[in-house]
Amino acid sequence: MAETTTTVVEPTRRDFLFIATGAVGAVGAATLVWPFVQSLTPDAATVAAGAPVDVDLTPIAEGQIVKVFWRGKLIFIRNRTPAEIKAAEDVNVATLRDPQADSARVKEGHAKWLVVYGNCTHLGCVPLGHQGEYEGWFCPCHGSVFDTSGRVRGGPAPTNLPVPPYAFTSDTKIVIGQEATA
Amino acid sequence: MSQHPTTYVPKSAFGKWFESRLPIAGLVHSSFIAFPVPRNLNYFWTFGAILAFMLVSQIATGVFLAMFYTPNASLAFQSVEHIMRDVHYGWLLRYLHANGASMFFVAVYIHIFRGLYYGSYKAPREVLWILGVIIYGLMMATAFMGYVLPWGQMSFWGATVITNILAAIPVVGDTIQSLLWGGYSVGNPTLNRFFSIHYLLPFMIVGVVALHIWALHVPGQNNPTGVPIKSGKDAVPFTPYATIKDVFATVVFLIFFAYFVFYIPNFMGHADNYVPANPSVTPAHIVPEWYFLPFYAILRGITFDILFINSKLGGVIAMFAAIAVLAFVPWLDTSRVRSTAYRPLYKQFFWILVADTILLGWLGAKPAEGWYVIVTQVATAYYFIHFLIILPVLGFVERPLPLPNSILESVLGTKKSGAGMPAGANAEPQSKG
Repeated sequence: MAETTTTVVEPTRRDFLFIATGAVGAVGAATLVWPFVQSLTPDAATVAAGAPVDVDLTPIAEGQIVKVFWRGKLIFIRNRTPAEIKAAEDVNVATLRDPQADSARVKEGHAKWLVVYGNCTHLGCVPLGHQGEYEGWFCPCHGSVFDTSGRVRGGPAPTNLPVPPYAFTSDTKIVIGQEATA
Repeated sequence: MSQHPTTYVPKSAFGKWFESRLPIAGLVHSSFIAFPVPRNLNYFWTFGAILAFMLVSQIATGVFLAMFYTPNASLAFQSVEHIMRDVHYGWLLRYLHANGASMFFVAVYIHIFRGLYYGSYKAPREVLWILGVIIYGLMMATAFMGYVLPWGQMSFWGATVITNILAAIPVVGDTIQSLLWGGYSVGNPTLNRFFSIHYLLPFMIVGVVALHIWALHVPGQNNPTGVPIKSGKDAVPFTPYATIKDVFATVVFLIFFAYFVFYIPNFMGHADNYVPANPSVTPAHIVPEWYFLPFYAILRGITFDILFINSKLGGVIAMFAAIAVLAFVPWLDTSRVRSTAYRPLYKQFFWILVADTILLGWLGAKPAEGWYVIVTQVATAYYFIHFLIILPVLGFVERPLPLPNSILESVLGTKKSGAGMPAGANAEPQSKG
């Protein structure tokens, strides 16, 4: 700026250039950051590999827990025994940390099939089946306890094992990754 | 560095020609040769040099390992075995790198507790201390990502546990997690980007270390008395005194390091990491590397909800807070006396903190059940009480012991230096060479 003794400073052409260049530079930098960040999101191949998967339930015996993968995530499919279903249904829902009725976690008419994500909601370890106080699951990492409905009953896990989107395509087949189209 | 105008005069004609164009020899001379060092430094002050050596060592072994390693989920484990079995001296490079990481943390923990004991964080060294906390954070990120690269069971599940931590962050947690994973779970894209960042971060550490040393050279080093250098008699030149002491200590440290590399190379590791990653089976017991154990214990210790913060987010906040609280120590400590040698009460609490940290580390390796959880919660509470309550209060209630008038007096005793020299007489800093 040229030395001036007047108190009112008129904007100069340099001021205009400074602001205009700065604005263009800021917008340009912000625009350029976008593709860098976007490159880190799941790529097209990963997304394509995340399509729904079909699972045949016939080979799963009563009491058995089967592990399947969808989108790289582990999913438990449990063929529950009548005793396990009863234990899950008889709980007073109000006493739970993440209150949810067993009926809300299975598909209507298919109460023996429990389908839940297989990673503990605490920090993602794989809980061990048929273990822990409620013989649902017990997480060996940090001691979370889940019941036969996959609901958290103890330990640090904040929520129940979530139920993935899935639908019965017949009595013995499910498709994981899409809800029933009603 | 900039505070010490050099008296360096190049002798050769080329030296003069070069110095007038890039005065780097003068910079080195004023920083590492003529630089005044308190004459009473003990061996705890050699760990800065040891850490600098370890950083170079890790980068050197890491660059060579990267020539043989393949950052692909289906090949990574094999390529590490290839390094161990086929590459000439590959076993040595890998054991140096893996054990070097542990040694790096051994040295940094001694360095940090040295700073806490002698009050090295107090004015005018607050920025120096905060830069150190930043280096420590970068070291932890680097070590964590490096441990993922062999793609064994502990690699995979460690990565799963830690990336799931980030999902606990409100609003943006899921996005951050997805950007780290590059998919719907820990997988090949995760491994690729961890490798890239693991290679990047050490060079960022080099940059912050340069700032750390710069910030050190402005006020100069603290010393066991905490009394600043007041006259030229309090100091000795960096070379040969500090140079030879640092080299000697580094050699002794390297013998300790070599014992691990050659005799017990897997002592610090975990057998489960020699099992290839398997997303459907969690190891019976996920344990991080030993240097993360105190923070891991704090993470697991929060098993209860705090108001609207659920236990998971609470654990995450407590873990990060346990590290972040260090950055505020210069202001949490209200005592004007630097060195714990003159603080009888703080000395006791300092050692209780050391014991508490070791206890937390031990608990971090134990299963999270029964009375371990309760002891963890007590130890975690004490850790924060130390920094947030004991440290500020002690400054007001503690009566420190009388400080020596100068470093020289503490070394030679009061009689000699005190004779004919009142306390303030030599207070004016002498111009340093």
